[in-house]
Amino acid sequence: MPDQVNIKVCMGTGGIAAGGTEVMDMFRTELDKTGIKAEVKERSNVDKVGCRGFCAKDVLVDVEVDGEVTTYECLNADMVPRIIEEHIIGGEPVTDWVTGEDYRKFNEKQIKVVLSDCGRIDPEEIDAYLDHEGYVAVKKVLTSMTPEETIESVKKSGLRGRGGGGFPTGLKWEFARKANSKQKYIICNADEGDPGAFMDRSIIEGNPHAMIEGMIIGAYGIGATKGYVYIRAEYPLAVERLRRALEHARERGFLGEKIFGTEISFDIKIKLGAGAFVCGEETALIASIEGERGLPRNKPPFPAQSGLHGKPTIINNVETLANLPYIFKNGPEWFASLGTEKSKGTKVFALTGKVNNTGLIEVPMGITLKEIIYDVGGGMEGGKEYKAVQTGGPSGGCITKDYMDLKVDYESLADIGSIMGSGGMVVLNEEDCMVNIAKFFLEFTQDESCGKCTPCRIGTKRLLEIINRITEGRGRKGDIELLLDLSEDIKDSSICGLGQTAPNPVLSTIKYFRDEYEAHINEKRCPAGVCANLLTFSVIEDNCKGCTLCVKVCPVSAITGEKKKPHLIDDELCIKCGACFDVCKFNAILKG
Amino acid sequence: MQEALNKIIEDYIENEGNIISVLQQIQEEFNYLPKDAIHYVSDRLSIPSSYFYGVATFYSQFYLKPRGKHIITTCCGTACHVKGSDKLYNQVREEFNLTGDEDTSGDGLCTAEKVACVGACSIAPVVIVDKKILGKVQKKELTKVIKEIKEEQDA
Repeated sequence: MPDQVNIKVCMGTGGIAAGGTEVMDMFRTELDKTGIKAEVKERSNVDKVGCRGFCAKDVLVDVEVDGEVTTYECLNADMVPRIIEEHIIGGEPVTDWVTGEDYRKFNEKQIKVVLSDCGRIDPEEIDAYLDHEGYVAVKKVLTSMTPEETIESVKKSGLRGRGGGGFPTGLKWEFARKANSKQKYIICNADEGDPGAFMDRSIIEGNPHAMIEGMIIGAYGIGATKGYVYIRAEYPLAVERLRRALEHARERGFLGEKIFGTEISFDIKIKLGAGAFVCGEETALIASIEGERGLPRNKPPFPAQSGLHGKPTIINNVETLANLPYIFKNGPEWFASLGTEKSKGTKVFALTGKVNNTGLIEVPMGITLKEIIYDVGGGMEGGKEYKAVQTGGPSGGCITKDYMDLKVDYESLADIGSIMGSGGMVVLNEEDCMVNIAKFFLEFTQDESCGKCTPCRIGTKRLLEIINRITEGRGRKGDIELLLDLSEDIKDSSICGLGQTAPNPVLSTIKYFRDEYEAHINEKRCPAGVCANLLTFSVIEDNCKGCTLCVKVCPVSAITGEKKKPHLIDDELCIKCGACFDVCKFNAILKG
Repeated sequence: MQEALNKIIEDYIENEGNIISVLQQIQEEFNYLPKDAIHYVSDRLSIPSSYFYGVATFYSQFYLKPRGKHIITTCCGTACHVKGSDKLYNQVREEFNLTGDEDTSGDGLCTAEKVACVGACSIAPVVIVDKKILGKVQKKELTKVIKEIKEEQDA
């Protein structure tokens, strides 16, 4: 019988959705039966030894028996008894379920800084973070460094804002430090609104204390006594863990009056976002914290001079702040040694879409796209052909296979018309229509446009109308040029980042996939077979077995035919829903 | 209703609250923003009700109409979109016979919603049924969930 058994179940949003709670409960009840003292620990879905963001194969579970760690993938509750029987009691890991080569490859090229403690520790226990040198960095800063030295170190590290803009963090702090005011604020921007991004959610769910520690360091640097975390209400688990972490930090005297035995006071409040993408923009975010409609305003003055309640305010993204404890623990030189000349450190990406290993990854700046998709990502799902990766969400663009060897950093992505953004990477394959992707993002930005400035409010609407008619087969000659023209105008004249970047998906898809636009407009054809109005569905007679499955699923009874004989689709009645295509087992439906 | 609202008003005064926090608390209490509640708070705080409506209609989180007993939210983020979230959303609407601008079924059983992204992109497409996140959702699974909701109501 083993002396010590530790079991760590991946319990982030992804892990819970895959059945993490059931797996954990099963371990608890089954182990109670066997009488082994096991610590069944909750942990986040990003883990240094375990799941490491490998959400594609959730539920991931680390089973540590007398110091030997084995990681299992794709577990469900029913599989637990066998693991206890054969591995924990019998001493032989269940090799069928142990993670394999893809898991090794997934981790091989990653370097974990921000995520280094994520998952290794229980995010709901402050002691777990303290055991991993938690709050050591901030204590050192507060007790042995001046605010100026603190800022100098951040500058030396080369850390840049991870929320998308890439502005040097140290420089931003210096502006606020120099601003003359008794009251200053620091705000953590956790309003991760980009569709396709979940870096910040994972960090807060996995290790909220790192972000809190970073915030205290920032507050000390600029001289702020009050802080806010502006977090999306759509992330209930992250909010709950953050709330708990703040309470614990307060209990230990890390927040509140005279923290760490110094004369410094600092506390953090949570502000829940109410669902508006534009509130990710600094000035809109401030308006929202003040309880107003989240409308951005012209800059300058920048928030570092006049922000929340008119006082100097620094707004940093979650990932930026969570980097700080590690920078101060290991030294700015260490951080600056990672990455490229102008982009230091690592970047967390949410790798999703049509790739095998979807999940959360942290890679050094300067890694190539090829390495991200084919090594870390394990290649294309179903062996389909790579078409593009979309980065930066609705503000970004796409990267085609011609740029597979591009070293990913702030500058290189901007050069080819995309952006680093906050770190969403959605991989697209041959079955994705690029016009449809542009339409998807425009629908989003048009819906989220706050309406304050005309170019964004009306311009994005007109862009969307043009794209809609192209995808519906009513595209006109000259539409592409019109899109380009209008896009440039919107970029030039919008007040805030939302409008200034909203046309990027259009510009980028036209730049690299102009032929697809032309096929839609001139030939009324969607090459990828996505845009419903341009599709026709027909039966391939040779393949059709007359199984009548398609007849049953067709919502408009457009398919007729005798049993065991080829069927027929009535094009007049067909609403192009694709139900027949999805259900056919004999590849007898032609979509084109 | 007044008692609950008085508490919210007290909290506003004590904790230097703002319009958003007041609305969030009203919605937590009543599940949506009843007209009477907004007018009552507006009177008591001497803040024009137009301010409250201005904020309430700006943010997608606020609802001016009562919502269904069950909420089925389809995530329509990028990753879910490329994995066919549109079809799932339409399926929910069809199963509850929602047409036009309607998002809550006539019997108040279910509200069908879209959300821009819940950040669970690695398990796309995602559907949230009464706060429970379902990942890698397929049509069949959704049919089953909806059937359960309907059967529970009938029982």
